[in-house]
Formats: sequence, structure tokens, C-alpha cells
Amino acid sequence: MKLITAVVKPSRLDEIKTALRAGDINGMTVSEASGFGRQKGHTEIYRGAEYTVDLIPKVRLEILANDDDVERIIDILVSAANTGNIGDGKIWVTPVDSITRVRTGERGSDAI
Amino acid sequence: MEINGADTAWVLMSGALVLLMTPGLAIFYGGMVRAKSTLNMMMMSFAAMGVTTIIWVLYGYSLAFGPDAGSGLIGDLSNLGLQGTINQVVGGEGHQIPTLAFVMFQLTFAIITVALLSGAIADRTRFTAWVIFVAVWITLVYAPIAHWGFASQGGNGGWMIDRLGSLDFAGGTVVEMNSGAAALALAIVLGRRDGYRRDPMRPHNIPFVLLGAGLLWFGWFGFNAGSALSAGQLAATAMINTQVATAAAAMSWIAFEKIRDGKPTTLGVASGAIAGAVAITPSCGYVTPLGALAIGLFGGVASAWAVSRKYKWGYDDSLDVVGIHGVGGLVGMIAIGLIGTKAVNAAGGDGLFVSGDPSLLIKQIIASVATIAYSFIVTWIIATIISRTIGFRVRQEEEVTGVDTVEHAESAYDFTLHANR
Repeated sequence: MKLITAVVKPSRLDEIKTALRAGDINGMTVSEASGFGRQKGHTEIYRGAEYTVDLIPKVRLEILANDDDVERIIDILVSAANTGNIGDGKIWVTPVDSITRVRTGERGSDAI
Repeated sequence: MEINGADTAWVLMSGALVLLMTPGLAIFYGGMVRAKSTLNMMMMSFAAMGVTTIIWVLYGYSLAFGPDAGSGLIGDLSNLGLQGTINQVVGGEGHQIPTLAFVMFQLTFAIITVALLSGAIADRTRFTAWVIFVAVWITLVYAPIAHWGFASQGGNGGWMIDRLGSLDFAGGTVVEMNSGAAALALAIVLGRRDGYRRDPMRPHNIPFVLLGAGLLWFGWFGFNAGSALSAGQLAATAMINTQVATAAAAMSWIAFEKIRDGKPTTLGVASGAIAGAVAITPSCGYVTPLGALAIGLFGGVASAWAVSRKYKWGYDDSLDVVGIHGVGGLVGMIAIGLIGTKAVNAAGGDGLFVSGDPSLLIKQIIASVATIAYSFIVTWIIATIISRTIGFRVRQEEEVTGVDTVEHAESAYDFTLHANR
């Protein structure tokens, strides 16, 4: 079992949700995030004073998956989140020791 | 003692209009600061309403508008506790209004003038020190300058209005340049905010700024047209001139931004409107509507340029009181000396471009320089004494935390998530 974490552009979130549903992936946690990478911030001007906003808003997605589904999910995420511009984000995968569904107490793959 | 009902109704209404400007200012300024100091910013305006009113009734009105104590510098104590004002009248024959209507109207000017200063010291002011400052400043700075510029007593009142003969319809000196010069002194004494020019100090709520600017624009009709102290031709001239200059400056400010920075901003349109209203404040009763148009167009650009001076010269006038009120007030005062015309107001004067005579312009400059010098020096002394004794600003770590929680034990907004409720 794996945890897929992705940090992507907020503007791609709807596209990603639709693509995941179409791929029969029925679970994801989304949180607001901000950060910086190769994409530089943007400038805003207030009464002539320029400010660089260097922490850029992003969304963080977390998806629990069986090992067999990981590559397929990554492909879905990449195609839905890609705009071809700097700042499209990153996806990484980490191993998960155990998963439990709170309502039923099911463990492991059954809980995904 | 025949009271003119129409004039009285207009002045009473104007007093209410001008009072609304101060909560409007609280919203205008409150939106411009960071979320963590919104309440402290707004509290400074509301404290100005409270403290100034108390002082005005006790002795402030008497110092400003009581019979001249000699040399046109200050009023005497005849109207202490507003004695001698109840059931009395002021105004010329046929245009008399109750003295208390005038007392109320002028009180609202004192309130907004001191409230304006709070913009120079955003994010870092100890509230108790501000309350004390307001009381002292109204006494030592506002009351004398209001006497100089507003206390007309048949030639024996304030030195600017009655002896020098400079023209200031609604407070280019008394309100605008006075607050601009005092704001500069405050900004210098308190020093820069922590992280000035390092951290983005973005306005946290620009819709608030627009709402505040709108309330100020609305209230300004009472400020300027109300200063006619009658409901006639002069009030109408002042009102249309106020509208024209405010609108023109809103447009010229954003045109300047478009050319210089590439984008016309929302903060710019709000700032421009205020800059235009400021510039027309002294001149609204002395120029034609086309003159007001020129004053607005020029005033908007002048203030848009002036607000960026603080970065060059290093003082942190946080919300640009100097650039907007100081510079705008100066533009309006000088404009009277250039394009003022008796065709609008027989009690006014002809400027240099109308009559070829520079004498009015010279009077305008003298009044402006005197106001700036007195206001800056005395404010600097008051602020320095407060700073050295009880302390005028919060400690550095308190400033980083935010003055709202440190000074008032409150936050403007509840940002907590479910887990913290």
C-alpha cells in the first residue's frame, strides 16, 4: 500500500477530480498549501510600491492506493495537472504500513 | 436673533455627514493595514471621536473659536464648558444659525483631523499612548490652528483668516496640511515598522478601502459644502466642485499608475478620490467647476507621485497621510492663489492667473508654511515626550505578533478551523 502525495496548481483541481472519478479512483484528501519551487512568485503593486509574493498558493492531494494502482494514478494526475508551465507541481509516493477504515474496522487493502 | 431654518438644517445635516467620515476613515485605513492590526487601526479613529468630543465641550471649542485672546493666535476661555453658546446665534444678517450647530459642525472637523494622523503610525502604536496624544494634540495643535484659519471675528479673530487674509474654505491648512505635517512628525518619532521594505505589507481588505473611500467621498459634501454655513449658491458651488475634483483625481491617479506601473489599481482609484477631495477642500468655495477639474487632475497626479517619496527618504508614513493630505492640501491652497476668482465668491479673491496680482498667492504660501511649521514642530515635541515617558510604540515581538491581540486582546477575524472552535 502506498500514499501518493501531489502538490499542484489550484486551478487544476477540478480537472484532477474529474479525471480521478473517470479512472474509478474514489478517495482523496485535499488541503490548501503554499510554497515555492522553481516558479518564482508574482509581484503586486500598492500605491507604486512593488511587493514580491514568493509563497505561491497550491493544493496538496493525498491518495491512498494499492501498489498495482500507483502508476495508473500518477499518470492520471500528471495528465490532468499538467499545463506545461513552471510550477505545475510534484508527485511523490511513500510506503504505508497500515490502513484502517474507521466505520467498519476493516484493515489493509479492504480499507482503501 | 432671527434663525434661518434652511441654513440651520443644512449645517446640522453637514455635521452628521462629516461625523460619518471618521468611521469611514476607520474602514478606509482598517482595510489598508495587515489583518493583525485592523482593530487597533480602527480603534484609533473611534478613540479620536470619543476623546476629541470630551475636550471640545470642556475647553477645545473655546480655545479654537472663543473670542480672540490677542494677536489672533488662540481663543480665550469665555466658552469653557460651552458656556455662552447655548441659545446664541452665529452668522451674518439673514443667515444666522444656532451657535451649537456651529459647535457640533466644527467638532467633527477636529475629530477627523486627529484621526487622520493614525494612518502614519499603523501596526505599531500603543493604544493608551494614542489616547493621551489625541487629548494633547487637539489642545496644543488643532485648537490654535483652527483659530488661525477658521475663527473669523470681524477682523479681530484668527490671524490667517482675519489679519493675513489667506483663503481656506474648508480646511486645507487646518485639516489637511496640519494632519500631513503632524503625520510626518509622528512617523519620524515612532520609527519604521519592523520589516519595513523587507516584508510585503499588503492591504488585507481592499473592498474595505473602497467602502471607506466611498463614505469619505459622501461625507465630504458636508465637509466642503457645509463650510458655506448656509444653504445657498456658495454651498452648491462647493458641492459640485467637490464632486468634480474628487472624480478627476480618481481618474488621474490611475492614469498615472497605468503609465508608470502598467496597471491601474483599485487602491489607486480610492486613493486618488481622497487626494482630489483633499485638494479641493480649501479651494471649493473660490474656484469654478472647470478650475476644480484642473485641481483634481493635478492633485491626483501630485499625490500619486508624492506617496512614493517615503521610500526615497526612508520614513514610514504607513498609509500615506503626508503624500495625500499634506501634498493635496498644499495643491489646493496654492491653487486658490493661482485660479481663485471673485466671480464665484465675492468674499473670495482673484488669483495670479485671474488678476495678474501675486498678493493672494503670497498669502496662501505664508498660511501654508506657518501651518506646516507649527504643526510639525509641536507634534514632534508632543510625540517625543510621550515616546520617552510612557512609550508610544509596542515592543518588537509584540509588533510581530500583532497589535490587535497585544493591545486589545481581540482579533478582527476568526480564522480558526473546526478543531479550534
